Amino acid sequence: MAFEGLSERLQGTMTKIKGKGKVSEADVKDMMREVRFALIEADVNLKVVKEFVKKVSERAAGSDVMESLTPGQQVVKIVKDELTELMGGEESKINFSTKQPTVIMMVGLQGAGKTTTTGKLAGLLRKKHNRKPLLVAADVYRPAAVQQLETIGKQLTIPVFSKGTDISPVEIARQAIEHAKAEHLDTVIIDTAGRLHIDENLMQELKDIRSLKEPDEIFLVVDAMTGQDAVNVAQSFDEAIGISGVVLTKLDGDTRGGAALSIRTVTQKPIKFIGMGEKMDALDVFHPERMASRILGMGDMLSLIEKAQTNLDEEKAKQLEEKFRTSSFTFDDFLEQMAQVKQMGPLDEILKMLPGANKIKGLENAKVDESQMGRVEAIIYSMTKQEKTTPEIINSNRKKRIARGSGTSIQDVNRLLKQFEDMKKMMKQMSGMNTKKGRKKMSMPGLDSLFK
Amino acid sequence: MSFFKKLKDKFAGNAEQEKSTEKYKDGLAKTRTGFTSKINDLVAKYRKVDEDFFEELEEVLLQADVGFETVLELMDDLRFEVQRKNVKDTSNVQSVISEKLVEIYQSGDEELNEINFADGLTVILMVGVNGVGKTTTIGKLAHRLKNEGKTVLLAAGDTFRAGAIEQLDVWGKRVGVDVIKQAAGSDPAAVMYDAVRAAKSRGVDVLICDTAGRLQNKVNLMNELQKVHRVISREVPGAPHEVLLALDATTGQNAMIQAQTFKEVTEVTGIVLTKLDGTAKGGIVLAIRSKLKIPVKFVGLGEQMDDLQPFDPAKYVYGLFAEGLDKEDKLEAERADK
Ligand SMILES: Nc1nc2c(ncn2[C@@H]2O[C@H](COP(=O)(O)OP(=O)(O)OP(=O)(O)O)[C@@H](O)[C@H]2O)c(=O)[nH]1
Ligand SMILES: Nc1nc2c(ncn2[C@@H]2O[C@H](COP(=O)(O)OP(=O)(O)O)[C@@H](O)[C@H]2O)c(=O)[nH]1
Ligand SMILES: [Mg+2]
Ligand SMILES: [Mg+2]
Repeated sequence: MAFEGLSERLQGTMTKIKGKGKVSEADVKDMMREVRFALIEADVNLKVVKEFVKKVSERAAGSDVMESLTPGQQVVKIVKDELTELMGGEESKINFSTKQPTVIMMVGLQGAGKTTTTGKLAGLLRKKHNRKPLLVAADVYRPAAVQQLETIGKQLTIPVFSKGTDISPVEIARQAIEHAKAEHLDTVIIDTAGRLHIDENLMQELKDIRSLKEPDEIFLVVDAMTGQDAVNVAQSFDEAIGISGVVLTKLDGDTRGGAALSIRTVTQKPIKFIGMGEKMDALDVFHPERMASRILGMGDMLSLIEKAQTNLDEEKAKQLEEKFRTSSFTFDDFLEQMAQVKQMGPLDEILKMLPGANKIKGLENAKVDESQMGRVEAIIYSMTKQEKTTPEIINSNRKKRIARGSGTSIQDVNRLLKQFEDMKKMMKQMSGMNTKKGRKKMSMPGLDSLFK
Repeated sequence: MSFFKKLKDKFAGNAEQEKSTEKYKDGLAKTRTGFTSKINDLVAKYRKVDEDFFEELEEVLLQADVGFETVLELMDDLRFEVQRKNVKDTSNVQSVISEKLVEIYQSGDEELNEINFADGLTVILMVGVNGVGKTTTIGKLAHRLKNEGKTVLLAAGDTFRAGAIEQLDVWGKRVGVDVIKQAAGSDPAAVMYDAVRAAKSRGVDVLICDTAGRLQNKVNLMNELQKVHRVISREVPGAPHEVLLALDATTGQNAMIQAQTFKEVTEVTGIVLTKLDGTAKGGIVLAIRSKLKIPVKFVGLGEQMDDLQPFDPAKYVYGLFAEGLDKEDKLEAERADK
């Protein structure tokens, strides 16, 4: 059930235009309709979408879209540029106080990721900014919230200030700040309880914590999967306590993340960090352009790639080899491989990591064909989980569905399935190469169509 | 004056009765028949069914996260019906629309919001992405079942997240039921194995299993969940009798992919729509219901033990509109101010 991205959505309109050879005003209007669809499917708030489409329409009308030979691409470009710009700069700077300690408050709805992010942020501040953080367990409501933070503190060997759940969060925060001063801990990060933005008592509590010592940062932590309601949440928190920045969590999922645009539009506050996993090192800086691509369904390859790069170690290569050997290589692995290939550029880099693969000739000059890769990704994303692991079950009905879902043809799907089988075979041979001396001459049957 | 303004006024006219519907939470007792006739009344009062009407309806639904496809389908249906019946007479147009509005929540099927109890031990497996409210729902559900006179046991299957075992433990104490657990970091399938054994030997009625939150695109974690599911069904034939997917009402269109993937992996039997006490409506469950046929069984309305209610479609759909009305109303007032 992959949602169509903007480019695919515009394809229909474009074929229509091609037939006529000229772009009319009505065509532009049609395209704007698709832009509207794509953004709403990506969870951008309806009101924000309207405003945005209006802006983009004006820009499109004033530009050379109508004269262009590739009006669809023009529109995509305008939309993406505009989105990127709206999303703000890359701003992961943190304000530190001249008066010790620096106070950072984490706020947001229940389950958004505040506690986890508190830990991640402390780790980052210690590593990159040489700070000495103190984590403050100010969630006295959620069962075992204090233990959760204490466990995280232990994992990171960062001190946690906790006073149980019988005293008020405001009092805990007050004592924590005193404690930090006494212990020369220069950065206090307060993990507050999740709360609804309409809960007046609890919003008052945040104001009270805030007035202890003006925080240098107040981060609103928001789940990237949030839908239309993101505007209400962001606006309410901002109006009540004045947030200084946003952390968008769970972007390691497959959501488009349109909430980013909604939040940004209503608060004008920078999105400073993104959460990319449950582990303590999974906190990254926010890249507006990548976010724009992601919202438009153009993939968030760069982030994936960075992940792939950091993960690409001996351990991983071994696992992969094991997968080849036992033929348990799935389309998900294939996707991951592609991400890596794309990053590495010259394929030999990545293949070097595979035992035995460095003996393959002719790969030095391989260039990645991006559009072909996009198609392949779209196809795989349109597969169900089961289809990815056991492609044998993909019958003609399923092929039809996959083709439709990915905006490709059945032939494209067939081709990929064949490539995948070939690749699996080839990989199996390859992993056997270490042991067998007299090996056959190798080629890359699966991958070469990806390269020009 | 807009359609919704009128609709709102109509409700306001009935202030006494409607007070309880102010909040979904307070109005759960209302019956569907009551709701249906009310919608009928409301639409009957409205005189003109023009493009403005359709547009307003569309926007209200989109802002409730129902999703484009479902909303457009619904709008097409509405327009088609109005045209097909070729009604010039406004009162007929109104009845067509009220029929369709009611259909959104009835959606044809029988109401399946009962827990499917087995003769002997009933096993309920709770699944979902991170932070949606699985553990809390287990606490609430245990409380509910215990009040119905059932004996309940909990399994601390989230061995990954910091403090997750302790969290369930607190709930166990609150509700007064035992929790089967192992050390943090142990194999969740092993915890389930232990728990099922314990449930059988103690002869409890219901075992509710917590699992770690996982994003549906993490293949390893979904495999792990499948394994947990397998262990349970191996130990108790026919189990788990219920696989409940917790969905956060705040979630947008991704909830559809969540439902689809979790259904593939664990044969989800029902949805618990959590955090409906906020301002989000979780309208995507309408789409999930029609596409994947997974019924919503419960709704979460707060963080306390008794904040779990059986899903009432009539109330729910009313909530979708009522909130929409409020918003449109406010906007109109704002516009008037300017
Ligand atoms: N307002 C409100 N909050 C809820 C509801 N259900 C759960 N919560 C809160 O949401 C947060 C996350 O709930 P959990 O039950 O820990 O969620 P989970 O799915 O078990 O989370 P993980 O195990 O971390 O994946 C907690 O702060 C709960 O108190 C609800 O219906 N309404
Ligand atoms: N996959 C993923 N999970 C996350 C991320 N951030 C937090 N979580 C998980 O989301 C759930 C709720 O997080 P928690 O920090 O307890 O949220 P809080 O209630 O806002 O404090 C936990 O299961 C976390 O492990 C993230 O970036 N990616
Ligand atoms: Mg927390
Ligand atoms: Mg949990």
